[in-house]
Amino acid sequence: MKIKHFLATSALTAGLALAASAQAGEITVVSWGGAYTKSQVEAYHKPWVEKTGNKIVSEDYNGGIAEIKAQVEAGNVTWDIVDVELSDAIRACDEGLLETIDPGILPAGADGTPAEQDFIEGTLHECAVANIVWTTIFAYDSSKISDGPTTMADFFDLEKFPGKRGLRKGAKVNLEFALIADGVPAADVYGVLETPEGIDRAFAKLDTIKDQVVWWEAGAQPPQLLADGEVAMTTAYNGRIFNAVAGEDKPFEIVWDGHVWDLDLWVIPKGTPNKDLAMDFLAFSTATEQLAKQASYISYGPARKSSSPLVGKFHNKDIDMGPQMPTAPENLTNAVQNNFDFWADNADQLNERFNAWLTN
Amino acid sequence: MQDSSTTTPETLVTADGVPLKQKLIQSTRRARLRALLLTLPLVIFIIVSFMIPIGQMLLRSVHNDTASSVLPNFAIAIQDWDEQGLPPEETIKLFVLDMQEARKKREIGRTVGNLATRINYEIPGSRSLFTSSSRKLARVTEGPYTEALLDINKKWDDPVLWRSLKRATNDLTPYFYLAALDMKYDGEGNIAEADELYQIYVSNFWKTLRLSATITFICLVLAFPVSYLLSTLPLKTSNLLMILVLLPFWTSLLVRTTAWIAILQTEGIINDILVFIGLVGEDGRVQMIYNQTGTIIAMVHILLPFMILPLFSVMKTIPPSYMRAASSMGAKTFTAFRRVYFPLTLPGIAAGTLLVFILAIGYYITPALVGGEDGLLISNLIAYHIQKSLNWSLGAALGTLLLAIVLILYWLYNKIVGIEKLSFG
Amino acid sequence: MTKLQTGYIIFAVLTALVLLLTGSIAVTIGFVFLFGTPLFFMKPLPAYSTYLNYFNKYIFLLICTFIFVFLITPILIIMPLSFNAEPYFTFTEGMLSFDPAAYSFRWYQDIFFNGMIDPAATGAAWWSDMWNNAQWVRSTRNSFFIAICSTLLATGLGTLAALGLSRAEMPYRAAITSLLISPMIVPLVITATGMFFFYSDVGLAKTYLGVILAHTTLGIPFVIITVTATLSGFDRSLIRAAENLGADGWTTFRKVIMPLILPGMISGALFAFITSFDEVVAVLFIADVEQRTIPRQMFSGIREQISPTILAVATVMVILSIILLGVLELLRRRTERLRGLTPA
Repeated sequence: MKIKHFLATSALTAGLALAASAQAGEITVVSWGGAYTKSQVEAYHKPWVEKTGNKIVSEDYNGGIAEIKAQVEAGNVTWDIVDVELSDAIRACDEGLLETIDPGILPAGADGTPAEQDFIEGTLHECAVANIVWTTIFAYDSSKISDGPTTMADFFDLEKFPGKRGLRKGAKVNLEFALIADGVPAADVYGVLETPEGIDRAFAKLDTIKDQVVWWEAGAQPPQLLADGEVAMTTAYNGRIFNAVAGEDKPFEIVWDGHVWDLDLWVIPKGTPNKDLAMDFLAFSTATEQLAKQASYISYGPARKSSSPLVGKFHNKDIDMGPQMPTAPENLTNAVQNNFDFWADNADQLNERFNAWLTN
Repeated sequence: MQDSSTTTPETLVTADGVPLKQKLIQSTRRARLRALLLTLPLVIFIIVSFMIPIGQMLLRSVHNDTASSVLPNFAIAIQDWDEQGLPPEETIKLFVLDMQEARKKREIGRTVGNLATRINYEIPGSRSLFTSSSRKLARVTEGPYTEALLDINKKWDDPVLWRSLKRATNDLTPYFYLAALDMKYDGEGNIAEADELYQIYVSNFWKTLRLSATITFICLVLAFPVSYLLSTLPLKTSNLLMILVLLPFWTSLLVRTTAWIAILQTEGIINDILVFIGLVGEDGRVQMIYNQTGTIIAMVHILLPFMILPLFSVMKTIPPSYMRAASSMGAKTFTAFRRVYFPLTLPGIAAGTLLVFILAIGYYITPALVGGEDGLLISNLIAYHIQKSLNWSLGAALGTLLLAIVLILYWLYNKIVGIEKLSFG
Repeated sequence: MTKLQTGYIIFAVLTALVLLLTGSIAVTIGFVFLFGTPLFFMKPLPAYSTYLNYFNKYIFLLICTFIFVFLITPILIIMPLSFNAEPYFTFTEGMLSFDPAAYSFRWYQDIFFNGMIDPAATGAAWWSDMWNNAQWVRSTRNSFFIAICSTLLATGLGTLAALGLSRAEMPYRAAITSLLISPMIVPLVITATGMFFFYSDVGLAKTYLGVILAHTTLGIPFVIITVTATLSGFDRSLIRAAENLGADGWTTFRKVIMPLILPGMISGALFAFITSFDEVVAVLFIADVEQRTIPRQMFSGIREQISPTILAVATVMVILSIILLGVLELLRRRTERLRGLTPA
């Protein structure tokens, strides 16, 4: 139903735009679908369409830079602006697949702070501008597990909490989780992963639950898996779980221990025919107000400091969004930021090993 | 007429004075040409839309010019290096200049990032060395370049890295086939087996072959009695029953896969029945899908008609009197079957088996949807490298190996069965 | 009492036993269907046959029944499931007790509503909204457009080539036939990958034309196979007769060849159509969201958010294939009738 609603809204924006102007431009905005895209449609797309009279075609994908690479190298770019993970943004930028973005085009914060100081450190890049901070947590259905898990170690403890586990298919994040569950403090995770022994240790820990794992790929899957009772607990993007709780009254509980947070950034594929419009949309959508507004639709933290004080309640319920953010201090007691350098260097190799491990 | 008959009396001649033999050759040639012309548009179409794309992909598996196009001058100079110690200062200077140039131009497909990706395949973990060094190299304006490079990062002091660069700047490389066969270059540049923990492709090829063989065998076992039944029934009844074979054949692959998910999943029909009968408890539901079992069941269902149709068309031609003759001469039913009937069905078995095996070995959709983790076939790994990991050359190398296997089987099919025997319904 | 009648009696006793032991009507019906069907098809064997012969024959028919059930059940079972009132993939209690409230058309409505801006609108607005915005409707339009275009191309080119291939004078016949059939043999992933790279280079990726060309390529083997099969039973002396009677090449083709090979052409075209209509790998690799087809939509549906709407779509697809199969059967009969007229 979420998808249905989202499509309805995005189609609505398209309709609005059509009414607004005949010679208006059109851009294709690509994001991760489901509740997340919906939050962007509400906070970015609709206001932008209303303001400029242009059209937006919204498309979903499951991450990765394959499509961008194919389009750019073929010189046939149909995606105008894409929401990507940090390590993908870095790699795509290194390979010359993205337009460079001048931070000068970004509006100053609501309080007048220049954009470059207003954005949280590390969220502005040569070819990318972050919009949100998100994280991978794990969650369970509290109507099925009463005395629920509280630590990452519990997630890997099949004796204490029997039942299937959902994990995202791929090496990233899972290796970090495994080490944290094995007793490595979140802050030291990448130090340990740099060593071959650390990698062996992470895989050994994953081995202990391998038989019980259901692997997911799309962000919409984990809440579905939990709701269908296919898994007892699953890792998930925190916003998806939050929205299932807030929007659909699901009895899901988020465990914040050991979560691995990351950024989502807007990038613009090199050579898009709608570069100017895409830049305009990018600047518009990462303004203080828009980022704060998005946070009222999904529990992802805005990338601007000036947006934080504006974050209020969930758009149609009396739920304070502040404590739901990955960056809320109480959620950061044992958390780690995804190390993009590590993954840029090791993703190929570790995914290969992960695939070999998975099939053997 | 008279003239020609006097000169070559033994030659027959047509009305216009040309020797008959020549005329015949002419007209056959014309007929051949006409036949060929009729096929020409399609042949051209297939070559352009099918052969060239595949050929181009095959080329990708041995030809990768990333490194040489990022480092054009260095690529030439490094070839003279004796692979001992570090390359000479002059060569390293070219390396630095090429890196600076590539960073400045940021040409699509020819950036330092592309080079870093390429080397990272062979030396995992070296990507950031290239990208971060390239940023710092922008400030280096004069020699000695070797020293400047080592100042930026000590890791450049490793001959293994430079050997890998020397190999990578050769556009033609067997590297991706080595990787597809779970092998690699060791530090000295010798071919060695990859670490066991990273081996995946050879075992997956075997698994694909094994699963395809299993599926083919099950199809044969299921198709044999059904085809026999169909071939012995009166035409009207067999036509009616044939619909039960043809309907699945005509039904969308995705529809059938969806149906199997509905039937086999843990909350699905079979499990419901098992729980209802009391064979398993509510929490003991059997996992029948998202694993090899699911792949096998769904694929047998999808490929079974491809086995039944050729078997049936061969069995239809075997007169029932043969079996009766055998039994009337005292053969037991089984002996008659083994010695008389079965050998006669061999062409059908060969046709069906090869066809099903060929189709099974390249399957993608069904394993991707119901295969879970251990039901994935080689096709899925190829798609992974093309769509996800972006190691296109490795994907192409795996594809070429798969294509080679399929073409050998296709050639066998042609030899044994003959392509013109292929028919549907 | 004949041996067959003994069988009937044993079966009746067993049925009664099953009913007594399980006490379930559903199980008994299942039993009667599975084990009774082979009995129903049993014919009296020759007089010298023993009970063992009868038993063997019964077992053989029983095995065949199971295999037919295996073949057809998955296709039939999705039909009732698609009328489920609940968002489940299995039969609910209510459905099994034939409670009308347990059945509904909601998933069929969903086919139209999915993606519509305002499903509650009425009149022309609703229709244009449905036509332009409903996701499944759009992918259906794409599927038909792509399938029809590629079918026309494949049938045209394929028939022409088949005419050439079936001529006695055709040089390199085996090699050319193998070449033209090969798109059916080469694994789809390889074909799709090759096309993905090549079509990207020449600007055909993410266009309707690209998808149509890809599907034409994949449909051609089927046209070649069916049309050459029809032509192999074709009496060449008819052509000479036509030419003798003064017909030129085109007239001969139109008046003599065409009517005779038409059934073959149509069934080839149907194969090409269904190939395109069912194809998803090439679409996954080379199509954009603009060219999204029904199978592509089902693929992501199954992968990401499986809902009974997919079952409703699947049911519609099954009905479509039943229609296609019916047309094909009529054609086959027509060919047989025509064949009957020509000397063997």
